[in-house]
Amino acid sequence: MIRKALLALTFMLGLSTVNAQATEHYTIDTKGMHAFVTFKIKHLGFSWLEGRFNHFSGDFEYDETNPANNKVKFELDVNSLDSNHAERDKHLRSKRFFDTKKFPKATFVSTQWVDKGNGKATLKGKFTLRGFTKNIDIDVSQVGSGKDPWGGFRRGFEGTTTLHLSDYKMKEGAMLGPVAEDVHIWLSIEGVRK
Amino acid sequence: MQLRNTLYRYGLTAILLHWSMAILIIALYFLGEYMVDLDYYDAWYKAAPDLHRSFGVITAILVIIRLAWRLNSTHPVISGKQWEQHIALWVHRIFYFLMAAVVVSGYLITTADGQGVSVFNWFDIPASFQGFENQEDVAGEIHEWLTHILIILVVLHTLAALKHHFFDHDSTMRRILGMSD
Repeated sequence: MIRKALLALTFMLGLSTVNAQATEHYTIDTKGMHAFVTFKIKHLGFSWLEGRFNHFSGDFEYDETNPANNKVKFELDVNSLDSNHAERDKHLRSKRFFDTKKFPKATFVSTQWVDKGNGKATLKGKFTLRGFTKNIDIDVSQVGSGKDPWGGFRRGFEGTTTLHLSDYKMKEGAMLGPVAEDVHIWLSIEGVRK
Repeated sequence: MQLRNTLYRYGLTAILLHWSMAILIIALYFLGEYMVDLDYYDAWYKAAPDLHRSFGVITAILVIIRLAWRLNSTHPVISGKQWEQHIALWVHRIFYFLMAAVVVSGYLITTADGQGVSVFNWFDIPASFQGFENQEDVAGEIHEWLTHILIILVVLHTLAALKHHFFDHDSTMRRILGMSD
């Protein structure tokens, strides 16, 4: 009897280990900075202005056999905005736009991974910026995965999405006019398996 | 009028430095207050900060000349009671400190990402210090607060000068206006 129970227990433990192994846990590689969050927005409708956020962190879970289990959690330090022009960055961080004193963080938490096969997917989730939470879709494609030369295992994705400036009610967002309504986001995310 | 100060009066150099900087500092303060509220499509959105930076650099050069002049010339005797003299001396020291600190903090805003400061598209002051995270924000806060303090001090300084002129009937104000006793 005890033997049977122990066997069953061992079996269950074994199963759960198998389950846990199917889902891989990754930390976004911000230590070696193999991750990028960039944005571009039109300047007066005449050209593209590109910038990026330098500080962020996040984790994701990846399940090759059952991609519906894929999850992403991401936190962005809005203060780390960098458009390669100090006075513009200061202006964007001010109350007029991002108001980073009041809203220093932006977050993304995925709600659903819609797999399209071939390493492509739509990642749905809740994005919070300036206190406003919006459902956004990120087009994701896997760039590659495998053992790195230093004994770890990595997996990387590329993602694009378009945010709408008016969704976040920046004080002077509207003033920039319809040409600046769309903000194009490009992400490159490399995770190191835990 | 002689260029140098004497024990009883200011020379032309000190008088010109005083008044040119008075005009610059007051004008820069209000220009600064005005320009930070302009919206993106305002015709002055680019020109106002350009002027502010350019005149700011001119002021910085004058601060250096003035400090050098102050340290290498006689200062007219300060009138008033001993405590008034002490206050006068310290107010002037604080003025010099604030002028220098305002100039430096302004420079650190513009140059935080390595861009230089253009002076009337005539010459550029190169960036030299990119020392800390979000330098433009920290320097910006400091710049703003110091200029508020500076302008309050300008008001007190003016009131004190008027007090000397109208109540004490001494030569304090007349001599910075270059009038003879």
